[in-house]
Amino acid sequence: MRVAGVARQAGSVLVTLVGLLALTFFMGRMLPTDPVIAIIGQTADQAAYDMVRHRLGLDQPLYVQFALYARDMLTGDFGNALFTGHRVADDLRRAFPATLELASLAILIGVGLGVPFGVLAAVYRGTVFDHVIRIVGLVGYSSPTFWLGLMGLIVFYATLGVVGGPGRLDVAFLDSVEPHTGLLLIDALWDGDTDAFWNAVSHIVLPAAILGYGSMAYISRMTRSFMLEQLAQEYIVAARVKGMSRWAVIRRHAFRNILVQLVTVVALAYAFLLEGAVLTETVFAWPGFGRYLTAGLLAGDMNAVLACVLIVGVIFIGLNLVTDRLYRVLDPRTR
Amino acid sequence: MSGETHPLGNVTRAPGLRAWLTAEVTASPRQASLQRLYYGWRRLRNNPTAMAALVALACLVAVAILAPLIAPEGYDEQNLAGRLLPPSGAHWFGTDDLGRDILARLAWGARITLMIATLVAAIVAPIGLLVGTAAGYFGGWVDAVLMRVNDVFLSFPSLILALGFVAALGPGIRNAIIAISLTAWPPIARLARAETLTIRNADYIAAVRIQGASASRIIARHIVPMCLPSVIVRITLNMAGIILTAAGLGFLGLGAQPPMPEWGAMLSAGRGHLTGAWWLSAVPGAAILITSLAFNLLGDGLRDVLDPRSE
Repeated sequence: MRVAGVARQAGSVLVTLVGLLALTFFMGRMLPTDPVIAIIGQTADQAAYDMVRHRLGLDQPLYVQFALYARDMLTGDFGNALFTGHRVADDLRRAFPATLELASLAILIGVGLGVPFGVLAAVYRGTVFDHVIRIVGLVGYSSPTFWLGLMGLIVFYATLGVVGGPGRLDVAFLDSVEPHTGLLLIDALWDGDTDAFWNAVSHIVLPAAILGYGSMAYISRMTRSFMLEQLAQEYIVAARVKGMSRWAVIRRHAFRNILVQLVTVVALAYAFLLEGAVLTETVFAWPGFGRYLTAGLLAGDMNAVLACVLIVGVIFIGLNLVTDRLYRVLDPRTR
Repeated sequence: MSGETHPLGNVTRAPGLRAWLTAEVTASPRQASLQRLYYGWRRLRNNPTAMAALVALACLVAVAILAPLIAPEGYDEQNLAGRLLPPSGAHWFGTDDLGRDILARLAWGARITLMIATLVAAIVAPIGLLVGTAAGYFGGWVDAVLMRVNDVFLSFPSLILALGFVAALGPGIRNAIIAISLTAWPPIARLARAETLTIRNADYIAAVRIQGASASRIIARHIVPMCLPSVIVRITLNMAGIILTAAGLGFLGLGAQPPMPEWGAMLSAGRGHLTGAWWLSAVPGAAILITSLAFNLLGDGLRDVLDPRSE
């Protein structure tokens, strides 16, 4: 029974993955320009044209092209990025830690504020506090992240001068941190370089707060509705009747019961940070995944763009799979 | 409307319109459906935030329609002598780096935002309904294939997928609308499928089928109308995200191209003037925020009307 379930899930993931590859493959073929002419120019003769076409594999049947494409993608060969002159895989390996660091800090902010706010809003439902949280949340997912970023820079950087500006570090520190993990905060501490550490903190705090605000809005809203659902259950009344204090009931019974659902929400919020990162990184000149994607887009470099799109899709599928598994582990009823 | 005759007789509707709309016994299907709308409207009217949102959106539509009156000079009237002027009586929201009045561009830009929203809704609703109802009604391999495709599209955040499509199609407002539509149909299809599953085995569907109605007739005449209300609510709720995605594309320079006054593109022009001219980016961003907030609030209100249980 369980083996069959796992097999079916694996099959479904596989099908989605193939669909993902097909989608990016198709996107690559939608280009209005002929890739051969883009390489050799309009004036080349037919023989040269055929040769390049053959070398690109474009004379093969479509399903062979797709198979070759899938093989390349699955082995991590995303081709070369023309606008950087490096291999896309190498570029991504360099860019990803910057995004990981930003997103992780953002999710810490999102969970650290969102969960307590959501619980309190549910407990004090209908009070001023509840409404304030609701409005703060609504503004959070109604506002364009890039705008919040710009406003944050205007207020905290240009006017007040309390945070570092765009980029991960001041120019003076740029080459002083040895890359061990690629995560600047950790690397700086690794070397015991506290100046660089605090400089990195001053740079990351604003983009992380703005990204985290979006997650907080989502997490607090979901936490609130999960909690309301639990607080309306009879076992809550029973626990109160037997003499447990209000907060003990909330902490030990109600909150514990929403933990499983919360894991899913947090994983989803983490995945959606990738989307927010595209715009936030552009605003903050943050040398991460999102900026790489937009730079590739503006340069019209399909290899880089499609690799990024594909990776985001794979991360999404992966996170969905992990949360689904976790759900089964954490919730005894699904076993 | 007021002069029309009552289906039951020669009673004119105007004096008793409310009575007609609240009658215990309805005389025609049209009266029944209008009654449902009326009761829904009454519930919505009791929701102050939703009404505020409706007023805000009505103002937006008014501004878009009246743009030629608000700014008869158009959105591209440059005045290089009056560059980067702060907000004042003459220029309520200041001027940009080419001396163009920001209020004028904002008003004309409302047209672009509304055009994107309307076109995306007009493309996404039929596609989502078609795919969702077909998958739900036929079941079997049709369902499996359509929902797999749906899953693939849903495994991306919409902005990333839209970026991929724009990269393939090329920048520009038309391609941005196509790209956003391609990313916005899957949730609608999923919803329509769920609705279809709950009604496909209803007796009235069986009755129509026994009368010999074809599958396409059943779907078009008897299933789609049942799915419409929830689809409309979902599109209203998703409109906030659609507007943010469109603004994001514009901000990255992949949506509307200059000199079009698209709000996201206007905002991005303010990036170079962070220290001096804050209004360049603050004003269009606030407009985007208010619009998407209004759609969120209205969508919440509509959802409450349709489903009184959800709070």
